[in-house]
Amino acid sequence: MEFHTYSSPHLPAHNDVAVVMRRVLYALVPGALAYWWFFGWGVLINLALCVSVAVGAEAAILQLRGRPAGRFLADGSAVVTGALLGLALPPLTPWWIPVVAVLFAIVVAKQLYGGLGYNPFNPAMVGYVVVLISFPRELSLWASPVGIGAHTLNLAQTLQLVFANHFPGGLNWDAVTSATPLDAVKIGRGLDKTMSEIGRAPVFGDFGGVGWEWVNLWYLVGGIWLLRERVIRWQIPAGVLGALFFMALAFYLSSPDRFPSPLFHLFSGATMLGAFFIATDPVSASTTNRGRLIYGAGIGILVYVIRTWGGYPEGVAFAVLLMNMAAPTIDYYSRPRVFGQSRE
Amino acid sequence: MAARFDKLFHFHGGLHLPGHKDQSTATPVVPARVPSRLILPLHQHIGQPAEALVKPGDHVLKGQLIGRAEGYVSAGVHASSSGRVVEVAERPVPHPSGLTALCVVIETDGLEQWRERDEPPTDYRTLDPSELRNRIRDAGIVGLGGAGFPTFVKMNPGAGHAIELLIINGAECEPYITCDDMLMRERPADIVTGMTILRHAVGARECVIAVEDNKPQAIAALQREVEAAGDPTVQVVTVPTRYPTGGEKQLIKVLTGREVPSQGLPADIGVVCHNVGTAAAVYRNVMDDQPLVSRFITVTGGGVAQPRNLEVLIGTPIADLVAQCGGYTDTADRLIMGGPMMGFALPDDALPVIKTTNCILVAARAELPAPRTAMPCIRCGECVQVCPANLLPQQLYWYAHAKDFDKIQDYHLFDCIECGCCAQVCPSHIPLVQYYRFAKTEIWAQERERRHADQARRRHEFRLARLERDKQEREQRLRERRKGAPQDTKKAAIQAALERSKAKKAAAGNAPDATAAAAPEPSGDAAEATPKPQSKENA
Repeated sequence: MEFHTYSSPHLPAHNDVAVVMRRVLYALVPGALAYWWFFGWGVLINLALCVSVAVGAEAAILQLRGRPAGRFLADGSAVVTGALLGLALPPLTPWWIPVVAVLFAIVVAKQLYGGLGYNPFNPAMVGYVVVLISFPRELSLWASPVGIGAHTLNLAQTLQLVFANHFPGGLNWDAVTSATPLDAVKIGRGLDKTMSEIGRAPVFGDFGGVGWEWVNLWYLVGGIWLLRERVIRWQIPAGVLGALFFMALAFYLSSPDRFPSPLFHLFSGATMLGAFFIATDPVSASTTNRGRLIYGAGIGILVYVIRTWGGYPEGVAFAVLLMNMAAPTIDYYSRPRVFGQSRE
Repeated sequence: MAARFDKLFHFHGGLHLPGHKDQSTATPVVPARVPSRLILPLHQHIGQPAEALVKPGDHVLKGQLIGRAEGYVSAGVHASSSGRVVEVAERPVPHPSGLTALCVVIETDGLEQWRERDEPPTDYRTLDPSELRNRIRDAGIVGLGGAGFPTFVKMNPGAGHAIELLIINGAECEPYITCDDMLMRERPADIVTGMTILRHAVGARECVIAVEDNKPQAIAALQREVEAAGDPTVQVVTVPTRYPTGGEKQLIKVLTGREVPSQGLPADIGVVCHNVGTAAAVYRNVMDDQPLVSRFITVTGGGVAQPRNLEVLIGTPIADLVAQCGGYTDTADRLIMGGPMMGFALPDDALPVIKTTNCILVAARAELPAPRTAMPCIRCGECVQVCPANLLPQQLYWYAHAKDFDKIQDYHLFDCIECGCCAQVCPSHIPLVQYYRFAKTEIWAQERERRHADQARRRHEFRLARLERDKQEREQRLRERRKGAPQDTKKAAIQAALERSKAKKAAAGNAPDATAAAAPEPSGDAAEATPKPQSKENA
């Protein structure tokens, strides 16, 4: 009798990239729902737009590169990139902003480098930074959280605004957008205001910004689930959040009136999304256990530095890209001691 | 060293795998039938192949030496039953790469007629360790845990290696395999006596039989035996079930907390480790003068009708064993020698079982599905979490893929034990172990080539040097002839002529001394006596 031969090990596979990606998407759901709850329909429009453009662009490029499109689309990585960009971009931004960001992320940052597994930079963050630098005005228009702005747009109105740049009934940008808490801190500190003065603005909530604190909290919940499911490991999130917390704590304690509290930093902007979903992109991150801690800590420190002294109110995207650059070096210097090698 | 092994240690990585062990332990072990034909490869161990001592037509007895160990690291091969040699030829053997080896094929007569056997020694303790080693060497005993390293080599730790601890490895961590479990349950006395013989050979202060905690019956059986012996320096230690605890280096770490140095041997840290099956084989050899002609083998998996363990004559074709286990089921799909983690797939069941065969796993289609298409590595690092050697498998893969064989050695490729944990957890289904084997083979090939090239280069350089020296010597000779010698000879000739005429003149009178000045002969070919490099190197 004759048999098939394959190389060992022979047991059925434990795990699958598609399963990993699917779980990441599941873990994004609570945060995304909170985001939609507080910031309106623009969030869902961005998500839908980004995911469909990402999948379309991925399919087209795979076709051009002569790769089996079906197999690579099924891994779900394009959907994750699209979803992360959808959640990173301002909710009321004109339609072509997400399109440009996603096309750049998928076509340039991912596929031109060789596709899944070969991109040295986090594709979503490359796409985000490209539009952030190229279209600063559009990227600074953030929808007001529900209950703060004078007006809340319904689905039809939002669609009209996003796709036709048409405001309903004499509204304008000022009526539907407002400074984010991070913006407010940046501007206030620029005007030498104290934190207590800045904190009186209506966008500030109980421990972060209104809405933002809950969005972050739900991303945190999703992230903890990912940890429990072993989709991600603790080192990167712990590095990011730990470093950000201790940086913020040190400056806060030295001068509580000039620096926002550590809690504010942890629950503002893209902190939790960044720590659990963006920095943990395995392809562009460090891969050793020790290296991941260093890599995460680097991101945490850079986020704090950019938020506090940089030109932009939020720094997650830049921090991630800068640390992506450092990842190979970190990996090289953080190799574990191999079994049986002497302990130096 | 931990004296009582109350505290066990932990090695990095590893996996909890479904055991699938119960299916083959329900029935007691019985001897397998004597097959009509035995196929005995002369290379069933690590080291040099044995040299055939028989030719077609010879009649052989059970236990008769048919292949003599050649070189130091080698092991003899014995007829596992009586009969007639019908063939001595290259045949396919069970090997991961489907290699062939010289095999002796015996047509059995069914009589199981033993060669003459010696009486057991009254007390093996009176045997000299070196005598014991020779015995084990002649008996063809090799490590029965899977690697097949000749046992006597491990019984000779060498000067400067005082052995403190002898470990008898009954961990048997790989799924499906139960032959060691059954041996421990059914023949604990053989194992314990074999252990004391092995201990005597290396002079170990302490002995430990280590068994994973998923084998309570084996532990109880050994425990009874050890208690009956009443030696406080011998212990049965239960270790946690975790793949690959049965790996020699991992087990030593678990028991002692110490790591065998990279590229080193357990003896470097005062430890020697033998498999339980090896200990039992040593017992049978010393006490009953039996060479290694049979062993316990698990025949299991969803592709076999009645999974069980058999005591099998080495050289029995796999098909014979499966037939004795109720034959194949309809779903039989893959044939694996060894376990599902480190075993290798065989193309066909006409191949024989050999000394290192612990398990024949016939897997049903659903049980071990065909591997899924490999996707690019996403550097998730799951492999890092499970690697028991604490390597970075994703980096090794990267460099193996890029064929960067210098870099891959910087990342300690040769510390990889090929346990398969990394590939098992890989979400991209990359056959990582295959990449590492490829890289290792390539590096070995390169090293061989480099050695040949170095030799060729040295030979070439030597030749150039010799030619240069010859040339210089020739020139020197010419110079000397041109300068000194030609003038001297002319002078000498004139002188001689003058003297001849003088002599003629003086012929009548007194005869003066004839002084013949001769140019010194240059010391010609002395240099040629320097040894020439050897001719063509044996490839």
